[in-house]
Amino acid sequence: MQVTSHVREPLVTGGKTYHDVTEDVCRQVEGAPSTLWKFCFGFSLIIFGVGCFSLFKTWTVGLGVWGLNKTVGWAWDITNFVWWVGIGHAGTLISAVLLLFRQKWRTSINRAAEAMTIFAVFCAGSFILMHMGRTWLANWALPLPNTYGSLWVNFNSPLVWDVFAISTYLSVSMVFWYIGLIPDLATIRDRAKEGSISKMMYGAFSLGWVGSSKDWSRYETVSLVLAGLSTPLVLSVHTIVSMDFATSVIPGWHTTIFPPYFVAGAIFSGFAMVLTLMLITRKVYNLQDYITIAHVESMNKIITLTGSIVGVAYITEFFIAYYSGVEYESYCFYNRMTGPYWWAYWSMMTCNVISPQLFWFKSVRTNLTATFILSIIVNIGMWFERFVIIVSSLHRDYLPSSWRDFYPTIYDIGDYIFSFGLFFVCFFLFAKFLPVVNMAEVKSVLKSSSERKVKHNN
Amino acid sequence: MSGSSKKYWKGIEELENHPEFVKNANKEFQEYLPILNKNEETGATHRRDFLKILGFGVAAVSLAACEAPVKKAIPYAIKPEEVDPGIANWYASTFVDGADYVSVLVKTREGRPIKIEGNKFSSVTKGATSVKAQGSVLSLYDENRLRKPQKQGKDTDWKSVDADLIAALNEASSKGGKIRLVTPSIASPSTQAVINEFVGKYNAKHIVYDSISYAGIVKANQKSFGKAAIPSYDFSKASVIVSIGADFLSTWLMSGQYAKQYAATRKLNKKNKVMSRHYQFETTLSLTGANADFRTPVKPSQLGLVATTLYKLLGGNIDAPSLELPSLKKAAAELLENKGKSLVVSGSNDPEVQVVVNAINAALGNYGTTIDLNATNNLIQGNDSDFNAFVDELKAGEIEAALFYDVNPVYNNSRSADIKEGIKKTPLTVAFAYSKDETSSEVKYILAENHYLENWNDYQPIDGFYSIQQPTITNIFDTRQFQETLLTLVGKEPDYYAYIRENWSTTLFGKQSTYLTFDDFWNRSVHNGVFEVAGASIGGSFDFVGDVAAASAAIASTYKIKSDKVELAIYVKAGLGDGSQANNPWLQELPDPITKATWDNYITIAPSDAKKLGITNVQGNTVYGNLKVGSKTAKLPILIQPGQALGTYGIALGYGRTVAGKVAMERNEKRGVGINAFEFTSLVNGTVSYSVAEVVLEKTDELRQIAHTQIHQTIMGRNIVQDTTLEKYKKIENVREHDENYQKTIVTSEGVQKAGELSLWSRADWKSKYNNHFWGMVIDLNSCIGCSACVVSCNSENNVPVVGRDEVSNARDMHWLRIDRYYSSIEDGKAHEDRDKKLMEEPADNPQVVFQPMMCQHCNNAPCETVCPVLATTHSSEGLNQMTYNRCVGTRYCANNCPYKVRRFNWFAYVENENFDYNMNNSLGKMVLNPDVTVRARGVMEKCSMCVQRIQEGKLAAKRESRRPVDGEIETACSQSCPTEAITFGDMNDPESRISKLIEEEKEGRMFQVLEEINTRPSLYYLSKVRNI
Repeated sequence: MQVTSHVREPLVTGGKTYHDVTEDVCRQVEGAPSTLWKFCFGFSLIIFGVGCFSLFKTWTVGLGVWGLNKTVGWAWDITNFVWWVGIGHAGTLISAVLLLFRQKWRTSINRAAEAMTIFAVFCAGSFILMHMGRTWLANWALPLPNTYGSLWVNFNSPLVWDVFAISTYLSVSMVFWYIGLIPDLATIRDRAKEGSISKMMYGAFSLGWVGSSKDWSRYETVSLVLAGLSTPLVLSVHTIVSMDFATSVIPGWHTTIFPPYFVAGAIFSGFAMVLTLMLITRKVYNLQDYITIAHVESMNKIITLTGSIVGVAYITEFFIAYYSGVEYESYCFYNRMTGPYWWAYWSMMTCNVISPQLFWFKSVRTNLTATFILSIIVNIGMWFERFVIIVSSLHRDYLPSSWRDFYPTIYDIGDYIFSFGLFFVCFFLFAKFLPVVNMAEVKSVLKSSSERKVKHNN
Repeated sequence: MSGSSKKYWKGIEELENHPEFVKNANKEFQEYLPILNKNEETGATHRRDFLKILGFGVAAVSLAACEAPVKKAIPYAIKPEEVDPGIANWYASTFVDGADYVSVLVKTREGRPIKIEGNKFSSVTKGATSVKAQGSVLSLYDENRLRKPQKQGKDTDWKSVDADLIAALNEASSKGGKIRLVTPSIASPSTQAVINEFVGKYNAKHIVYDSISYAGIVKANQKSFGKAAIPSYDFSKASVIVSIGADFLSTWLMSGQYAKQYAATRKLNKKNKVMSRHYQFETTLSLTGANADFRTPVKPSQLGLVATTLYKLLGGNIDAPSLELPSLKKAAAELLENKGKSLVVSGSNDPEVQVVVNAINAALGNYGTTIDLNATNNLIQGNDSDFNAFVDELKAGEIEAALFYDVNPVYNNSRSADIKEGIKKTPLTVAFAYSKDETSSEVKYILAENHYLENWNDYQPIDGFYSIQQPTITNIFDTRQFQETLLTLVGKEPDYYAYIRENWSTTLFGKQSTYLTFDDFWNRSVHNGVFEVAGASIGGSFDFVGDVAAASAAIASTYKIKSDKVELAIYVKAGLGDGSQANNPWLQELPDPITKATWDNYITIAPSDAKKLGITNVQGNTVYGNLKVGSKTAKLPILIQPGQALGTYGIALGYGRTVAGKVAMERNEKRGVGINAFEFTSLVNGTVSYSVAEVVLEKTDELRQIAHTQIHQTIMGRNIVQDTTLEKYKKIENVREHDENYQKTIVTSEGVQKAGELSLWSRADWKSKYNNHFWGMVIDLNSCIGCSACVVSCNSENNVPVVGRDEVSNARDMHWLRIDRYYSSIEDGKAHEDRDKKLMEEPADNPQVVFQPMMCQHCNNAPCETVCPVLATTHSSEGLNQMTYNRCVGTRYCANNCPYKVRRFNWFAYVENENFDYNMNNSLGKMVLNPDVTVRARGVMEKCSMCVQRIQEGKLAAKRESRRPVDGEIETACSQSCPTEAITFGDMNDPESRISKLIEEEKEGRMFQVLEEINTRPSLYYLSKVRNI
């Protein structure tokens, strides 16, 4: 019997040649910044400035500028932290896990996704620092040798695990991203005018890459090793973040389902965020041939899968709350649905469980507008998920005498805006000064053997 | 060796006493050392020293460049003999504020009074303290107090004031003008003697004015027994207590003493399963009503009839309509069974009602057992009609000189406008005042008065019981106590101390036989703070000679069985009282024991009345209402108060100050918080009435958030407080076992197990790690009446910051110790699974109330300790959960993970911050801080430390004497100040300690722990509340 494999759809459309790829990607880096970029970057800077003012107030006046109280000790700060960490996950998943699974389609999106990961972790980290009452002593959370005698951190505390998890994650992601950038930086270096500043800068950062077989061989090896290192991180980082809650005694937090549920949620929101950004970049930088509908569709499938996992987790939590017979636990979930924060709960349910199910329809998951809107809805939903977990569990825990609602203040909002400012300033700088698509890897998936297309002029 | 003639030598050189040896004998280093700057012989600097000198020079110059911060601490030039830095001195003294009398011990550190405790030598108060007494130490450091005498608003000096006053008084008295001295009731024999001298010299008249009037009782006793006085009560001997509107546990007369007596009748253990039964008939839910076994809401217009109906039910033959109240019938039947062991009290200020109450007590034979009219209560002697006559004179401009001492009638009298007008017409007006208030700001001379902690004085609160007030600090400012001013004015040596001694030597020295010399007697009395004449409480019955028929006829005409009108009841709050301490931030921030509201004045309204008006209270958010009382309108926020009688509203006194310190003022406004409810009191038949027969409340749309520390009212069917009934308790030993609600068991593979015994960690011997001390606490919920004295005591001991109205609204109160108050829900009678969770949030219309003091539970499996990333909160080797402020980075994870929510975060800097302009923002107010307790910085977590500084102090004291600390030697601030001894603190490793014995005894009895099933293993235990129903 003869089996005929079906002809694979090309990953890059438009019959691009190697040279086309180089041109298409390098154009953004080498050319003068476009008006649109200037506008977007300027806007980001304004947001960043507003956020910085808010952050300045938070740090100089005290955390009392937020809406927290004696009962609800975490709200937007940790919601934002978990949300940003979750968003970051997609980048690692795409670059590491998909690399190991030889998913070639990832090549055109992994660069931007990884950049997003790093910036998202920056934002998450900013909330770690922000939420501390005495940020200036943040180094005490690190196990550094000191003169206080044998005073170490508390290795029992999930917050210390967090410090390790996030810092490891950030460093591995940065190295992975940077290693991936080296061949592309070298390409830009080679194209740069002799003696120009960019030649010098790109030259320095490309670490003397010459493109020899040895270089490529090492590049591939390091990529594989880092992919192997990163893969467990995809699972571990959010597992540990979830332990901030799961190891506590607070009803609604004290849940063993949290690690897988959080990881799924993180990938879910991360993919949504990648989509949001990629759809914009693709449009702005005219990269439709590299980031194709097939990419969007694959990602939408993953969103549907992870969204469904998250949905099942929600229902499981509910069932266990009922089945356990623990009155605090069951009240907690009853209160989520019907209490003062019912709207947050139902927003979460609508955005996270119902909306991704629309991707079962091929017409929806291949529709760019629908995808864009849904990707934003999913991110809103995932923000609410963390808000619901944190605030609705805390505000009514064991002793009714301490029950208290939380209302955000302008500084809660301002500090959230700060993180957006930080993220977009970084992202736009990245989009201008670094190649947003991994040229080297995309070239490896170009269909080059036959049907050579007439060369374009640009 | 001194007696010996032997001599020892260090060496042969010394023996020989060689000249070389003699030359160097005094030098430790005989050779030249290059450390010295100069070569001894040449005087030049050695070259080898160049680098050293250079180094020193650089270091010295750079050190000198760093400006040393200027510290205000001034060392003693000559150390006073009795002051040891770091060691507290205790002085006995006396706190009196209206009817609130407490014999106190004042803790002073380095000359500063910083804490008030109860004096156990007093058999009147027996070591109990009250909220106001605890807070009084802060008033000493009130930034708004007068610093100098003032003449027409300008600072002056005592010499010229004295000269002015003597001239003016002589002139007034020589032309026969009326001179009036208005004071509160004077319970001090020596002060009374001084006043008498003044009255005699200037032919003046002494008017007694009590801001909160009890004239009804005084008059009724005059009518009933021919003795115009207030008796002393002994609740401890009463098996049945009926209170008709008297809040005797919190604000009525000597409530501190009564609370202690009352709690004594409610102490239960396995051997003693007897407790008193308490009936309360009242309008607004009071602290006393909250503790009652049977509480019946009645309108103020029915209160008189409660008394007459009870009298009729007891067999009295009078003609008055009867109220059909089942609880009244039950009460009557039980009173009859407990003749001579019962007590009926009434908070009414209507003499007719009090006459009927007297008749009831006389009929029950309570005089001589629970009521002692021989030992009169001297704290209240006011007679409203005298003062009223004075106001008439004042208004008419007939008075030549009016002197006001420690009274503020322009604020706290219904005829405030008349008084104000009269003062303007009076040629000489003088106020002896502590700070500028409504009255003193109207007069010509303000004589800056001492704080009581700067005073010498004596008191006789109850006949035969004397108490001494001694200064614990020299006058901080240029102030002078009233008695010395009067002595100056009568031309005597202004030495009141000598005067008291003289007075005591003539009147009291002879009443004892223990001491042979007066000095011994005096010194002992000052040391103890009290002197009690042997056999002072005489008891003895009195013949009731009152006219009950006339009284009940009068009651029948003024009170109604049913009134369609909406009525107003004016009540007194535990913290603020008559408003004189309105500038005390501790008392302002103290949550009202019932409403849990701080910093605010409000109209209380019954839940069903609120529903009719469409008022809701969510998170303390409510609307203002316009309350029309006659021609006056009060605009106040409306607070829904379960237990409020239908068709009535309540307003507290003590608010609406117009001239007071900034603490009493509404933020950013020049008027006091709330309205002045004294305006709504009125004189009815010569006594002040604290109710209004008809008022109208109109809801407005203006919003107001009342700053509550607790907004959720019910316990949601959770077993965090165990309560049972006496009947059940009598049958079953173990409260926990008998009610399935309280059984905390878990089904495991090895069968049903107690939740508290299951653990992930195999630490069966977890107690063994505490091999020295193991501190713990037991709180008896049956004794706790919710008075909140412990809360103020804790604030004072532990430098707990005041955060103000806005921050309490934001739920950021900093109290380490709070008293959770739960109402029973309308769903509470139902089976567990039938309960509607939404309806469980609704308190019943007339709820049962339970108080639960809640502070750090010092868990031995502490959830907070495991989650702190930096080990800022750890467990001590003595079982304490301790907080290291310096290490805290402020992640707040510990607070989130605390199931008891007792951790408090420093959201802002509360010290030296203009936004928190309370006592920690000025150098005078900061003097009250306890130097043993760190003042916390912004961004750190804090919580109850179980007064670790006191534990440490006690341990060190014992160590110095090479012994173990004795049980009772170390007390926490809360346990020490509790008037009802509800809190027992001690070492659980000491088998002889009270706490060990109590735990042993109640282990299978009333003992439980809050949230035992989550296995936090607290070091705090609670004893179930038992209701006698």
